[in-house]
Amino acid sequence: MITAEEIREKYVRNHPSPFCPGCGGGMVLNAMSRAVESAGIDKKDVVAVSGIGCAAWIPSPHWRVDTLHTTHGRAVAFASGVKIADRDLEVMVVSGDGDCAGIGGNHLLHGARNNIDLNVIMVNNGLYAMTGGQVAPTTEHDEKTLTTPYGNPASSFEVAEVVKAAGASHVARWTTYHMKELVKEVEKAVDTKGFSFIEVLAQCPTRKGKKEGMTGIEMLEWYKENTSKDQDSEKMYVGTFCDVERPELTEEIYRQIERLGGE
Amino acid sequence: MSERIEIKIDRDMCKGCGICIKYCPKEVLARSEDLNQYDNHYPEVVSADKCISCRRCELYCPDFAIEVKEVKDEKEEKE
Ligand code: SF4
Ligand code: SF4
Ligand code: SF4
Repeated sequence: MITAEEIREKYVRNHPSPFCPGCGGGMVLNAMSRAVESAGIDKKDVVAVSGIGCAAWIPSPHWRVDTLHTTHGRAVAFASGVKIADRDLEVMVVSGDGDCAGIGGNHLLHGARNNIDLNVIMVNNGLYAMTGGQVAPTTEHDEKTLTTPYGNPASSFEVAEVVKAAGASHVARWTTYHMKELVKEVEKAVDTKGFSFIEVLAQCPTRKGKKEGMTGIEMLEWYKENTSKDQDSEKMYVGTFCDVERPELTEEIYRQIERLGGE
Repeated sequence: MSERIEIKIDRDMCKGCGICIKYCPKEVLARSEDLNQYDNHYPEVVSADKCISCRRCELYCPDFAIEVKEVKDEKEEKE
């Protein structure tokens, strides 16, 4: 197994990161690095695309692979362009919940519908952290944020269910408490031909924790207590939502080009 | 020849979140009294003999500041 020092040397750039103490962002970086290493992928073939927000900083500048730091919410769109241009690349998207499901929600839906071979990791901390902790589409009903001081009047949406319904090949949800499972799931995403979406509930002790009087560790404990691998449980389900074969966009495009005699 | 477990802590990379201490199943680690260069309390090894080399501390650390290695004990090898 790769050691922390080896990960730091091979996969991490500009260390220590500016993430707050106990932030889940570093744990996602740890999991992704371990997954790419154990999947045996040459990191030269990896391109990581991100948008804006704390989670966008996980790959850019902190993951030592080729990165594209793009505009808010557009990571899936840029990543689709990269994948269509060079199908041999392993294209990862790392995006926060605000970036991925809020501002970039439409790109996410159509990425899943196209079933383009991307690996999207949505780091879900339940609000817009970088800008101060504003309400996001993933903020629970009644939850207080900077912009919902009396509680969120709206409800959150189940992003994983939505992406599954939109047609992604592989959808899963884990938390930073489930590091082992997360590493395996990222490996599986890399192996999947088609759109892979992994929602990772990740603690934001600064913007969310402070508001709720919780430390990073208490948030990890919350994930442990309030999630279940049993789909029939009352608790939040963590695990695989779907793993199905469907036509993948770039393969279909290149097949068409071949059929029409192009190169 | 035997193998020895070495827990390496990079004090100055540690942000003092305490996650490694919390999730070590064997209470091998404890919070330091001293501060590192960023004024964080880093973990210290308090019961090295209890370590089962599960590497959970390393898997959970958000800042790659702790690692567990199995090193060959060269001294014994020479004997
Ligand atoms: S604000 Fe929250 S999400 Fe952003 S780095 Fe700090 S803890 Fe992490
Ligand atoms: S390897 Fe396991 S037992 Fe040893 S210090 Fe780390 S978490 Fe504790
Ligand atoms: S988990 Fe890492 S950063 Fe946090 S206290 Fe332990 S060594 Fe320090």
